[in-house]
Amino acid sequence: MRNLLIFIVGAAALITLPHFLSFSQQEILVFLTINILLVSSYRLLTLTGEWSLGHVVIMGVGAYASALFSKELGLYVPVSILLGGIVAALLAVLLSFPLFRMKGFYFLIGSFAAGEIIRLLWKRFRDPFGGAKGIKGIDPMPDFSIGIYDFDFFEPISYYYLSAMIVAACLWILWRIERSPVGLTFHAVHWQDKLAEASGVNLRAYRTLAFAISSGFAGIAGALLAHYIGTINPNSFDVEVMVFVLTWAIVGGTGTFYGPILGCIVLTVLNEIVLRELGFEQMRPLIYGAIMILSILFMPKGLESVVQRIISRRAKT
Amino acid sequence: MDLLAQTGLNAVYAASYISLIAVGLVLIFGVMGVINFAHGELYMAGAYSVVLIYSDFQLPFMVAVAVGLLFVGCLGLLMERALFRPLKDNPLGGLVASIGFLMIMQALASMGFGVRMEHIPPVTQHVIEFSERVRLPLSRLYVIIAAVVLLTVLWVFLKKTRFGWALRAAAQDPEAAALQGISIKQTARIAMFIGAGLAGIAGALTAPLVSVNPHMGHSVIVTAFIVIIVGGVGSLEGAVIASVVYAIVHTFVTTFFDGVVADITGLSLMLLVLIVKPTGLFGSADRA
Repeated sequence: MRNLLIFIVGAAALITLPHFLSFSQQEILVFLTINILLVSSYRLLTLTGEWSLGHVVIMGVGAYASALFSKELGLYVPVSILLGGIVAALLAVLLSFPLFRMKGFYFLIGSFAAGEIIRLLWKRFRDPFGGAKGIKGIDPMPDFSIGIYDFDFFEPISYYYLSAMIVAACLWILWRIERSPVGLTFHAVHWQDKLAEASGVNLRAYRTLAFAISSGFAGIAGALLAHYIGTINPNSFDVEVMVFVLTWAIVGGTGTFYGPILGCIVLTVLNEIVLRELGFEQMRPLIYGAIMILSILFMPKGLESVVQRIISRRAKT
Repeated sequence: MDLLAQTGLNAVYAASYISLIAVGLVLIFGVMGVINFAHGELYMAGAYSVVLIYSDFQLPFMVAVAVGLLFVGCLGLLMERALFRPLKDNPLGGLVASIGFLMIMQALASMGFGVRMEHIPPVTQHVIEFSERVRLPLSRLYVIIAAVVLLTVLWVFLKKTRFGWALRAAAQDPEAAALQGISIKQTARIAMFIGAGLAGIAGALTAPLVSVNPHMGHSVIVTAFIVIIVGGVGSLEGAVIASVVYAIVHTFVTTFFDGVVADITGLSLMLLVLIVKPTGLFGSADRA
């Protein structure tokens, strides 16, 4: 009963939230929603203990695939978004053959190399990827009406509602996966790999599965982004964006499902609202870098550890 | 034939400054156990030392290079004390902290000097002409000579002096080295100073020859990663040899195809080494 109440209040807050914001803040809200899916999908991969530096490029694969499907083949946009996710997942399966011969630090560097190669291929081949200028004029989401609300996708509010629904559905799936026996096996692959292998768990298969699922959702996030901003190029998915994803995950903490989401929300609000409004435009990377260093030095378990401490203290009293 | 000789000379020049950067990175990894993502920004700091001392204050170029070496070496000491020492037990921590350091350095450079490319007056206009189409600018020869001299000095230092012995011992087995009375902190400081200083001097020497801007470290760090992976993480000799191999491949592919294909070739080379022999061509298995 109490959970249901929290759910209803939360949903109502999320629905009314954009109406209190300015136009540019509504746009940031759309990006934030998409980034939440990106960082949550990243967490699924970190469950198996691997940290990738190619996740943003995989997101770009979804974006490019969906843009090309809708533009060249004229597919209906929601279908092409879904296909974008599938292409990203399939590519991850393909990449897993070379990449999962490596572990830890070598996987990190290997995934970076693979990502950069994909990015350079986009840059090199003007047809069909558009070279360094990328793809322009990507079909927007077609407008539609559900009776009580008319979706007009020139308005960020509409796109926010649509992406929030898609992201919420994806997060629910990710949550269910983590709670399922498969998700528990991912944990085992990370913390008890020798024991898991001795119990008959195919480590390689589970690593590949985690990589494919997380890449698929990253691809959907990329496709959502592509159809919103309408233009993508190789630099939209470079390593600097990856650094942001890494920061969100680390500042938030990857021990819990909500940790990376918390990190993403807190840092985006800090970045966009606080720093931009205060006019620290040029100093933003500096402050971001300092936050990264300070949080790894003094809060190595992330923001989630602070939340957990508050909850456990309240439980005691 | 001329084109081949000219490309060869370009490759030698590229190999010399890449090896300075890569050797520094390997040295830091060997002793500290962290991959310094901010290494490209140390190189950038060296280049900006030249911008400040040589082109703004009009002091001699050699003074600027010396200041670059010292300044960047001290930045290395700062990183060791503030970041890598407190995060010694956190394998991902050093990496994340160095990325944070990278962002701070880039922001400071763009705030101090602006994001536009700096123009640095050439040190010398002199060009050695071997034939009509094979020519080597003297300023590039300086970089090659400096790299050979510095790497030789470093090699003698590591193999022949007591400090070098201590450094290599600390890299191989910190605990055993500490039991032998070697100060781990002291060796860490020396390694960070030398490793960072090498990146700084590479940046200072090449500053008049490349486009100096706050983001110049990015392409350099990618190159350095390729080189240390191909050469075997932790192997100094491997890093030097891999620098030469990479420079030859990259320069020739750039000349005969284009720069993007050359970058793809370099990254594929690294991926191939990672797949076939993850310890690199010259790394030993136990270092992995």
